[in-house]
Amino acid sequence: MHLVYPAVLSALLFCTGLYGVLARRNAILVLMSVELMLNAVNLNLVAFDVWLSKAARETLHSGQALTLFTIAIAAAEIGIGLAIVLAVHRNRGTSDIDRLRDAAEGPGDGSDDSDGSDSAAATAPGAEKAEATA
Amino acid sequence: MTTTTYAVLVPLLPFLGAVAGLLLGRTAPGFVRPLAVLPTLASLVLTVLVAAGQGGGRAVDAATQLTPTGSVPIELALHIDGFAALVAVLVGVVATCVQLYSTGYLRDDARYPSYAALVSLFTSAMLLVVYSGDLIVLLVGWEVMGICSYFLVGHYWETPQARAASLKAFLVTKLGDVPFLIGLFALAGDAGSFRVTTVLGAVASGHLHHPTLVALLLLAGVAGKSAQFPLHSWLPDAMAGPTPVSALIHAATMVAAGVYFVARLLPVFQASSAAMVVLAVMAAVTMAGSALAALAQDDIKRVLAYSTIGQLGYMTGALAVGDRGAAVFHLLSHGAFKALLFLAAGVVIHAAGTNSLAAMSRMGNLRDRVPDAYWTMTVALLALAAIPPFSGFFSKETVLGAAEHVATGHTGHAPGAAGWIVLVAGLVTALLTAAYAMRLWLLAFRGRGADAPGHGRQPVVMNAVLWVLAVPSLAFGGLAFRVLPDWFDGRSLAPALTTSVLGTGLAVAGGVLAYGAWRHTTALAARAPLGAVAAHPEADAGLVESEAIASHEPAYGDIAYAPDPADPGRLLLGPLHRHAAAGFHLDTVYAALFVRPVTAGASLVRFLDREVVETYVRGAGALPRLLGAAVRRAQTGNVQTYVSALLAGTVVLAVAAVLVATGA
Repeated sequence: MHLVYPAVLSALLFCTGLYGVLARRNAILVLMSVELMLNAVNLNLVAFDVWLSKAARETLHSGQALTLFTIAIAAAEIGIGLAIVLAVHRNRGTSDIDRLRDAAEGPGDGSDDSDGSDSAAATAPGAEKAEATA
Repeated sequence: MTTTTYAVLVPLLPFLGAVAGLLLGRTAPGFVRPLAVLPTLASLVLTVLVAAGQGGGRAVDAATQLTPTGSVPIELALHIDGFAALVAVLVGVVATCVQLYSTGYLRDDARYPSYAALVSLFTSAMLLVVYSGDLIVLLVGWEVMGICSYFLVGHYWETPQARAASLKAFLVTKLGDVPFLIGLFALAGDAGSFRVTTVLGAVASGHLHHPTLVALLLLAGVAGKSAQFPLHSWLPDAMAGPTPVSALIHAATMVAAGVYFVARLLPVFQASSAAMVVLAVMAAVTMAGSALAALAQDDIKRVLAYSTIGQLGYMTGALAVGDRGAAVFHLLSHGAFKALLFLAAGVVIHAAGTNSLAAMSRMGNLRDRVPDAYWTMTVALLALAAIPPFSGFFSKETVLGAAEHVATGHTGHAPGAAGWIVLVAGLVTALLTAAYAMRLWLLAFRGRGADAPGHGRQPVVMNAVLWVLAVPSLAFGGLAFRVLPDWFDGRSLAPALTTSVLGTGLAVAGGVLAYGAWRHTTALAARAPLGAVAAHPEADAGLVESEAIASHEPAYGDIAYAPDPADPGRLLLGPLHRHAAAGFHLDTVYAALFVRPVTAGASLVRFLDREVVETYVRGAGALPRLLGAAVRRAQTGNVQTYVSALLAGTVVLAVAAVLVATGA
């Protein structure tokens, strides 16, 4: 099989994932798009590893090893990511990325203490809600 | 061991004692008292050995140069002549007495270890000044004394008076020390050496090019240290320190350093007759003014402080007529009786619970309560008033005799004008001195009224020290005036007949006048009762005294003055009384001349700093602040915007990399 097929396929996958990350509003779908991008990279790694092992007499198949590594990392990452999304959804009642803007600069000069009061105001009801749900 | 070895050990021992006392003060409090007393006592023994070794013969000289220092060499040098040997013995005696007395006086004081160490350091510095044969080494001791005085005057730093007094003492003496330093440099520049012997040799051979300038510059430092007009105003305020400190520093040693310095370098001053006349005028104004002020003070220690200034005036007067033997003779006898007066006053203050003479004059049995202080103080006051045969009589008559000698035309070593000035001022002051000594004695010990509050017995060590010092106050002058000329310049120190009769007559007249005034006014005491200043009855003497000082101003409205109609000084001085009590308003003049311009300058600097400099700083910060505000607007909080910007950046970088790689 020619190298161009997996390369094009992975490029298409990557672009799909990138579009999802940039355009989707739901945090879970954003995470899924990240997975798509990771898998595009995995596909590339495996394909180029095969291509390289044809040329070289002895190889360590580091591409395949790295793919396994990436899969493991991705599994851990999606676990944590989904947990965060779940916690945010419990606290805020939404997982819409456009509405999670706590890190934005406030209006005016935005000095430190106004940020501090914002975050304090945000965490205080959050903690209450967490207790209520638990 | 040779005399030189002893002499090196003399300033070294108290210095080591001070260092050890400061280091061990907290960890081993049991060692503090031995470390305070024993090194001082040992150096007293050594000073006596040095004096015996020197014996009034040829001066002992020794010098070693540690390292070359450039044009004019600085050497660790000793120059011990008869003056140095005897003054060192005086310093040793007074310092030992003060250390012993302090063990009783400050027995419950939490800061006793540092106090004792500073007194030792002070003693060491004074002994260094006395023995040093090199002017820069002398200056080191001179300045160490200044800083020790600052710390010791401020011993009760909880009271605002002590804080202000310690700062004042330091600043005023430093005001004199700056010209003093320049004068030393000018002197060494002319003579080519800092060694005392070389300088004196240069003066003798006429190599001193600017004698008047040098002498006047040095005089400024001497006036500051020896509390001469116009730099005397720190000494009465320095009475806010503990009484032993007053006795050591402000009566017998530190203020004597200035007189001793002039005595040592007298030929330098004699080279300029203008300087001698200035010295005479300074002495005369100091003598008469301080005696008048002493007559009006209410604080017993301030009376003694002004009397110290006056007696130092006698010494500078003797120097102004070119007789350093008389000056040092008076320094020695005055050192003994003035230390005794101060230490006895400490006992009296403790027993009475107040430092106010007006309050003491309304206590009935003060003299029965402190018999030792009563008798020794009587002896010392008689010596102060120069009544024969007490020691003050002989030394003071020597001064007056020397002045009369110059005034009657023997002007080989001093200008005749100086002789007349010193003689007239000295005789007037003899009258006033006797008057204020009489007033002090009458008010303190002949009071009528309720009994003094009981404060327990005084520690034995304090009373013992009083008797030790009473012996030289009584007998030193009469025994020494025949022997001392061998130690000094060889000029006779025997009292002359004319001045003796005049001086004693005036002293008796002053005493009688004060007694008469007291008889006249004492009836008023019962009619105008003054509240005695309260104090903790059971506390140690140091605490009683600091409370007495702190409460004098709230009780009477002024630190030096009490509105007492029964005061004989008020009758004698008349309208002058109020001005004399305030030290003739010299402090007000200083406040107008120096303090107010300095505070005005300070507020100007504060204005410039707050309003001008900070405006520049704030202006420099404005542009970065605006830029920061603009950049912060990019932080929208939307993660997807950030990722888009990241992607755009990556694409741009990738395209650029590809373009560079392909060489397009």
